[in-house]
Amino acid sequence: MSISVQLSAASLHYAGAARATFSGLNLNLPAKKWTCLLGPSGCGKTSLLRLMAGLIDSSHQQSGEISCSDGLSIDNRISYMAQQDLLLPWLNVLDNVCLKARLLTGKVSAAEQQKARQLLAQLNLSGIEKSLPDQLSGGMRQRVALARTLMQDTPIVLMDEPFSALDAVNRYKLQDLAAQVLLDRTVLLITHDPQEALRLSDQLYLFSADQQLLPLSLPDSLPPRAVDSQLGHYQQSLLQKMQVQHG
Amino acid sequence: MAKITFSRSNLGNGFSNLWRLTVTAVVILLLWQAIVIYFEMPPFILPPPLLVLEKLIGSYQLLLSHSLITMSEIVLGLLLGLLMGLLFALQMLLFKPLRRWLLPVLIASQAIPVFALAPILMLWFGYGMTSKVIMAALIIFFPVTTTCFDGLRYTPIGYLDLAHTMGANKWRQLWHIRLPAALPTLASGIRVAAVVAPIGAVVGEWVGSSGGLGYLMLQANARMQIADMFAALFILALFSIALYYFTDLLLKALIPWHREQTGH
Repeated sequence: MSISVQLSAASLHYAGAARATFSGLNLNLPAKKWTCLLGPSGCGKTSLLRLMAGLIDSSHQQSGEISCSDGLSIDNRISYMAQQDLLLPWLNVLDNVCLKARLLTGKVSAAEQQKARQLLAQLNLSGIEKSLPDQLSGGMRQRVALARTLMQDTPIVLMDEPFSALDAVNRYKLQDLAAQVLLDRTVLLITHDPQEALRLSDQLYLFSADQQLLPLSLPDSLPPRAVDSQLGHYQQSLLQKMQVQHG
Repeated sequence: MAKITFSRSNLGNGFSNLWRLTVTAVVILLLWQAIVIYFEMPPFILPPPLLVLEKLIGSYQLLLSHSLITMSEIVLGLLLGLLMGLLFALQMLLFKPLRRWLLPVLIASQAIPVFALAPILMLWFGYGMTSKVIMAALIIFFPVTTTCFDGLRYTPIGYLDLAHTMGANKWRQLWHIRLPAALPTLASGIRVAAVVAPIGAVVGEWVGSSGGLGYLMLQANARMQIADMFAALFILALFSIALYYFTDLLLKALIPWHREQTGH
């Protein structure tokens, strides 16, 4: 399960757009590490993640190469977490967690249900298996989405601002939880929040105004980092850098 | 210190609906009787409610047999129209090149009034139930197809992204994501269809038929038996209302998540 991913010469030009969203980008996702891309909204970081996930429609001009360290294709070995929890409102929590099995085979086996129950218990969500998503709070819903991601059990996890819709306390808690349960995955996290990037990254890049990836330094401690004075200093200098970059 | 206590519940909703309906019915009946008395209406122009009730009771066997014909036409037309609309919307979604060819057909199905089509349908399908079922199906075809197509087309993109990264094929996406996501939109189309379908069936009966409430009304009208006509009209209205509420309840039971999202 330890796979590093190399993205080479990635370019994307949306059909009808005046200029390319980015071109010639290289990015390495080291095995079992969290790589964060930090940038303001609209800078193209989400497009980069969508490109890696194969979610960009073929009508848009795209090129580049994605290679995994084990030589196999990246297809079907990623799971995707978005800002919205994307829980299907007509399925209960358990069925939502088991969605992949349902989509691939049309049914959910008892063994998979058992595994899903364990994951829910691990995320402190026991007892809500039969609830519909609309009956849950935002924090709980995103935890269910995390359980669904874990259930997919892929070596690579792509996350697009999965915590940004949560309130501060829930965000902090879920960041810790995600860092803990996704410790052995190769993760790409897209965020616009410098504090979140500093808390969770093993490797951090700033998406610059000219669509380049600038590597940034991180505190020495291991993620998930506490919000202490050291992190505060890093956050201050990061905010200044972002101001210079994006005005 | 002011103290506010809250006590709200919607347990009484079913009862209050029935209550409202009863009050409305009673008010209409009273107004009706008042108009008959005040304007001294002769029974062949506006029969008093009691006379209509008398007819309802007196010739209930005749009314019942014709009602069953009309109700069957409506329900069968509704089912046929729903099936046609659903299939039409599905293939517009799945075979994009076909869409441009079929859209004019869809619009024509709505633009040509069923009144204009009715004589042709009589000619082709005879005076029996078939032509009325087709009329009812045709008249609901457009609202069902468009709502179904819109529902299927505007699936939240995030759901589809998620399904894509999970490796779901087109058909599983359709069955597990697109179709259930389209249900709330389709439901509003079905509600419209339940109200409109009786129009199609009755228009069909008026143009030419050998049975049904429309046939009965036409016959009664020709003989100036206006009370009989009102009796038939009353049954038709009652059935249409019942059909709508039944459809509404069924849809709410089938799509419980929609109610929770909208709070209704």
